[in-house]
Amino acid sequence: MKQFISFVIKESKHIFRDKRTMLILFGMPVVMMLLFGFAITTDVKDVRTVVVTSSQDYQTQNMITALGTSEYFDIMYSVSTPAEAERLIRDQKADIAIVFSQNFASKKGGLQILADGADPNMAQQYSNYATQIMSQHLMNSVPSASPPLISAKLLYNPQMKSAYNFVPGIMGMLLMLICAMMTSISIVKEKERGTMEVLLVSPIRPILIIISKAIPYMVLAFMVLITILLMSKYILLVPLTGSLFWIIGISCIYIMMALSLGLLISSIAQTQLVALLLSAMVLLMPCIMLSGMMFPIESMPAILQWVSAVMPPRYYISAMRKLMIMGTGIDSVLQELTVLSCMTIFFLGIALAKFNKRLE
Amino acid sequence: MTLKYLIRKEFLQIRRNAFLPKLIIVFPIVIMCVMPWVMNMEIKNIVVDVVDNDRSTFSQQLVHHIEASNYFILHGQKSSYTDALKEVEESKADVIVEIPANMEKDLTNGFHPQILVAANAVNGTKGSMGSSYLSNIVTQYVSPETAAVNSKLSTLYLYNKHLNYKVFMIPSLMAILVMLLCGFLPALNIVGEKESGTIEAINVTPVSKWTFILAKLIPYWIIAIVVMTLCFILSWAVYGITSAGNLALVYLLAMLLAFIFSGFGLIISNYNETMQQAVFMMWFFVVILMLMSGLFTPVRSMPHWAYLTTYINPMHYFIDAIRTVFVRGGDFQSIMPQVVALAFLAVVMDGWAVFSYKKNS
Repeated sequence: MKQFISFVIKESKHIFRDKRTMLILFGMPVVMMLLFGFAITTDVKDVRTVVVTSSQDYQTQNMITALGTSEYFDIMYSVSTPAEAERLIRDQKADIAIVFSQNFASKKGGLQILADGADPNMAQQYSNYATQIMSQHLMNSVPSASPPLISAKLLYNPQMKSAYNFVPGIMGMLLMLICAMMTSISIVKEKERGTMEVLLVSPIRPILIIISKAIPYMVLAFMVLITILLMSKYILLVPLTGSLFWIIGISCIYIMMALSLGLLISSIAQTQLVALLLSAMVLLMPCIMLSGMMFPIESMPAILQWVSAVMPPRYYISAMRKLMIMGTGIDSVLQELTVLSCMTIFFLGIALAKFNKRLE
Repeated sequence: MTLKYLIRKEFLQIRRNAFLPKLIIVFPIVIMCVMPWVMNMEIKNIVVDVVDNDRSTFSQQLVHHIEASNYFILHGQKSSYTDALKEVEESKADVIVEIPANMEKDLTNGFHPQILVAANAVNGTKGSMGSSYLSNIVTQYVSPETAAVNSKLSTLYLYNKHLNYKVFMIPSLMAILVMLLCGFLPALNIVGEKESGTIEAINVTPVSKWTFILAKLIPYWIIAIVVMTLCFILSWAVYGITSAGNLALVYLLAMLLAFIFSGFGLIISNYNETMQQAVFMMWFFVVILMLMSGLFTPVRSMPHWAYLTTYINPMHYFIDAIRTVFVRGGDFQSIMPQVVALAFLAVVMDGWAVFSYKKNS
């Protein structure tokens, strides 16, 4: 036991004395959280609007003011033909144009919204917001004041903050990165430099050497997890509505799984470069792209949906979204929990089997 | 003339590498063929649960109406709101529609019943768009007067009538490809020479700094042109998307971006000694430049301090300009400011790259 502890201490010193690794380990989570939390948003605001109207009557004036005073739209230009508005949009000086028909008020004419379809989602959002404001105005000019027919409710995230969606994704990505990539690189580095031989002749069982290598990374992963949770709660103001016990519990399983993946990679790879490429190409890329972190899985074609079904982070991210953001109980995440546990056992089993073989 | 021989040497080196030629051809093909399907933030297949407390013919018809829309998949009818909420919590449904009891009676008697539309907004875009589509459908069916007002409002989506998400993604992918290939490869190339020690051999020749760096960079500029051509062919052949504007302008922009990122890669390699360091440092900058440039999310939604950084972000100028030309069909005048900014950044980056390269160690 004493030998084991001294191995763990040796490994921790190895990590803590490497400034670059420490910077990556703690700098990256903070930068990622800040970037995704504050900078990567799809909120509708400051939409540059062009008004196309040939006559400035009372009602058009009123509607333009209503649009301008809303927090979403900034009226930038007023032109007289749709062609000029199109030119402004094409030159990236405006995002949408509101075209009033001729003699809009007197003839009760219609109006058309021109939106820049180069960004389809935002174009739809812009036009939805503008339509809402405009139709409210048109309705008010019709005398019957009835309560709205539909009461819309946005569950869990009424302000539609993008951070709510991204935080679980970042957790999935970072824990994978730290546990799998860093562990595998650190083991392979010893192999590459030949120092592994030295360790293997020490009077401690080989399996314990590997475990003592994994333990400091596990501790680091926990520290990162706690940093992320604290940052999301106090800086990004993302609520932690679910039970903290299960959030940490499921994270534990996920960390175990990522560590066994790291061990697996380290037993396959012989050089650092291969380990780096394997963990980046096989783990990280699909993990970011296919796990539903940024891009919704249900919009993908069926083949890619099947591929994403074997991505471990997918289940972790989905479980975290439910527990953290939606605040559901453990019974709603049973499926994810089972899949993650099975994957953990599977990868751990393979990693250990592979490892024994390698020593013979 | 030395330049010619040095460039030939670089090309030979790339060609005789087992991995690089494959990477340069296969990587763009894979990215262009797979990524547009993956990076699809299109909102469709929204799963709806209906809680019908009315159970009249009217409410039945409303449900059919929702079912008929191709945005929605009707998942099932639930007996109570709590049941439906349970489904949402298990991610089996995205939106709940609750029709109040006696809705048909109330409507005919001139009362104003209210239909509840509750959407899962963890993914904000999906939630808000789902609930507003659904509200539109319900309004159209239930209240013809409102529908009449709404019919006066129409929306025309310019440049991309059918809101094809791939039109948005393909210019981004071109930008990513040029950035990765022209940024990482020169950096790895020079650091590789440093690690294996062959750079000493160049440093003791009378080849000037400028010639050496040009010889290192020109092959990657040519690769950028090849990759862009490949992208155009693939986007036409696979997705049927062609440039709305002049292709020469797109090439001009790609060249400017290649100038900037190859210079950037060189700067990184000048300040790093090992491949691993260079890769990590490059990766760090690339991710930030990529995420904060408007490749995926609109820059105007960012907070003001973050928006200010786009003024020095070459990716932002590039993506703005390439979308203007490729999607919106703009001419040179439309992209003037971006071209000037990119050219300026290219001069700064390449100047810095040459300046920071030292032949004496």
